[in-house]
Amino acid sequence: MESKENLLVVEGLKTQFFTYGGVVEALDGVDFEVRRGETFGLVGESGCGKSVTATSILGLVAKPGRVIEGRILLNDEDLLQMSSKAMNRIRGSKMAMIFQDPTSSLNPLFRVGYQVAEPYIYHQSRRKRRALHDAMRMLEKTGLPDAEEKTKNYPHELSGGMRQRTMIAMALTCEPELLIADEPTTNLDVTIERQILDLVADLKRDFSASVLWITHDMAIVAQLCDRVGVMYAGNIVEKTDVRSLFRNPKHPYTVRLLRAIPSSVSTAEELEEIPGSVPRLIHPPTGCRFHPRCDHAMEICSQIKPVAREIEPGHLVACHLYNEGGETDGGGVV
Amino acid sequence: MTRSNGIFVSRARLIRKRLNPLLKEWGLTAYVLRHSMLAVIGTLIVFSFVFIAIFGTRLAPYNPTSTTIQERFQPPSGSHPFGTDKMGRDVMSRMLAGAQHSIKAGAIVLAIAVPIGVLLGGIAGLFGGWVDELLMRITDVFLAFPSLVLAMSFSAALGPSLFNAMIALSIVWWPMYARLVRGQALAVRETSYVEAARSRGASNWHIMFRHILPNCLSPILVTLTMDMGWVITAAAALSFLGFGAQPPMPEWGRMVSDGRIYMLSAWWVSVFPGLGIVLVVLGFNLLGDGIRDALDPKLRRLTEVKWSRKKISSSSKG
Repeated sequence: MESKENLLVVEGLKTQFFTYGGVVEALDGVDFEVRRGETFGLVGESGCGKSVTATSILGLVAKPGRVIEGRILLNDEDLLQMSSKAMNRIRGSKMAMIFQDPTSSLNPLFRVGYQVAEPYIYHQSRRKRRALHDAMRMLEKTGLPDAEEKTKNYPHELSGGMRQRTMIAMALTCEPELLIADEPTTNLDVTIERQILDLVADLKRDFSASVLWITHDMAIVAQLCDRVGVMYAGNIVEKTDVRSLFRNPKHPYTVRLLRAIPSSVSTAEELEEIPGSVPRLIHPPTGCRFHPRCDHAMEICSQIKPVAREIEPGHLVACHLYNEGGETDGGGVV
Repeated sequence: MTRSNGIFVSRARLIRKRLNPLLKEWGLTAYVLRHSMLAVIGTLIVFSFVFIAIFGTRLAPYNPTSTTIQERFQPPSGSHPFGTDKMGRDVMSRMLAGAQHSIKAGAIVLAIAVPIGVLLGGIAGLFGGWVDELLMRITDVFLAFPSLVLAMSFSAALGPSLFNAMIALSIVWWPMYARLVRGQALAVRETSYVEAARSRGASNWHIMFRHILPNCLSPILVTLTMDMGWVITAAAALSFLGFGAQPPMPEWGRMVSDGRIYMLSAWWVSVFPGLGIVLVVLGFNLLGDGIRDALDPKLRRLTEVKWSRKKISSSSKG
C-alpha cells in the first residue's frame, strides 16, 4: 500500500496493563489504517480495546499500561519512536481527539473561549487577543449559537451539546490531519447526536481531515464511516468497507453483532444477544479469543490464533472458517 | 465626534457587561462573609492588627525602647494603660511598635514556605513515580519532628535573631503545603480535562500552571490565612525561648518572656502581649474559617438563594 494513501497506519499494536492482578493484554496485535480523507470506524463492545487503541495512538496510555510492540505511523513517521517533546508538538497540531464526556473534559475554572484558544497560543504562538478571536470563529464554525457571548462563559453554563461543540472546536483549532473521536455522542440525546454527527462530517470535509471514529453504535457506523474495523477483545476481527460489512459480514462475531441491533421493522419478539460476555483479558482465551462464544467454533479455534486474511479485495477477516484448511462449512456463517 | 462617542459608549457597556458576573461573585463572597458573625470579628481583628502594624510606631505615646528606670513596674493607669516593664518602658507603646515584627515574620515565612511547598508538591503529584516518592519521603522527614522543636534547632544552629528564626520557620513550614498541593495534584492529574489537554499537546508545565495550581488556589488561600496566625505564634514562641528577637526589639513573644519572672508582682508585663498574640491568632483563624465557608460551593449555593431573595425584596420595597 502506498503511504500517500494512508495517513495513519497501525501495525501489530500490543498494549498491556501491568496491574497487581496480572498483565492485562488489552490490545493483542491491532492492525488497521486510516486513509486520507476517510472516516474509519472502530466498533466493538465495551472493554474490547477501542479507547486503548485511541490513547495508544496519542501516546497517552495511562500509567500501569504500556505499548509493548507494534508501529504507529502517522505520515510515515513512527509515533512510538518519538521523544515526548516531539509527541507534544504532534498532539493537537497533527492529530487531536474528541472525548467521550465533554463535561469533565473541560476545566471548570477557565472560560470556554480561552480553553479553545489555548492550542493557538501554545502550538502556533499567536497572541492572546488574536487567539481568542480565532477561538470564537472556530466555535462559530461548530455551530455554537451566539458564539461571541459563549466564549466568555464557563463550561458549567453551557448545555451538553454546546460543550461537545466546544470540545470539537478545541480539537479542530490547529487543523489536525487526524481527528480521533472516542464515542463523542454517548452522553447526548439523539437529536443532538444527529447534529454532532453532521457537524463532524461537515467539518471533516472543510478541513480535509481524516477521522477515526470509535463507537459501539452500528447506526453511527452506517451513517458516518467509509470503512470499519470490528474489534473483539483486543483484536480487529474484521475490517472492510461499510457497505460490505452490513451486506456481507463474514466473521461470526460481526454477524452476531449485526443481528443484535434492534430494528423497528423486525417482527422478532426478543432481541438476539451474543451469549457470554467479553473475556477478562488477564487470562484471555487461547487461540481465537472469540471461540468460547462462537457458534462455529472448531478444534483449531482454541489452539491457533487466526491471522487476518483478505477474502475479498479490501475485506479482511481473522477467522479459521475462511482458511483453506478450515473451510468445513464452506464459510456459510450467514 | 458622535461616531467616536458611540464607540466609547459601546465599549463602556461591554466592559460593564464583562465585569458584572465578576462583581456578582465578589458581592456574594462579601455577603457570605458578612453574614457569619465570627468571620466579621476575625476580619476586624486582622484589619486592626494590620493597621497597628503599619502605623503602630507613630501611634505609640512613648518611645518603645527608651528606658525610664524610675517608672519601672507601674501598674496599668491612665498614663500607661498597659503599665510599664522592668526598664520603665511603656508596655502599650512596645506592643504597638512590636506588631510590625509579628506580621513581618508571618508574611516572610509564608512567602518563602508556600511557593516552595506548592512547587514541590505540584511536581510530586504531577510526575508521580520515583519523583513523588523522593519528595514525599523528604517531607515526611520534616513532618516527623515536632515543628517547633525542629525550628528551634535550626534557629539555634543559625544563631539567635528574628531573621534567622524566620528562615528556620520557613524550613519547617513548607512540607505541609507540599502535602496539600500533592493531594490536589493527584486528583486533578486524573481528570479528563487534563487528559484532554494532553491530547492537545500540553506540556507538564502547562498542566501544572493551568490545571493543577488554579485548582489548589482555594485550599491554599484558606490554609494560608489560618497559618498566618500560627506562624505568628511560632515566631513569638521562638522569641519567647530566646531564639528569635533579641532585646531591645519590642517583639511580643520576647515581651512575654521578659515579664514571666515578674508574673506574680507585675502581671501586666506578660499578660498584655500574650493577649495580643492570642487575639491575632484567633482573628486569622476566624477569617480563615470565614473564607473557607465563603468559597464552599454548597454553602454558596444556599446563600445565593437567600441573597437574591433579599435583593428582590429590597428592590421591590425601594
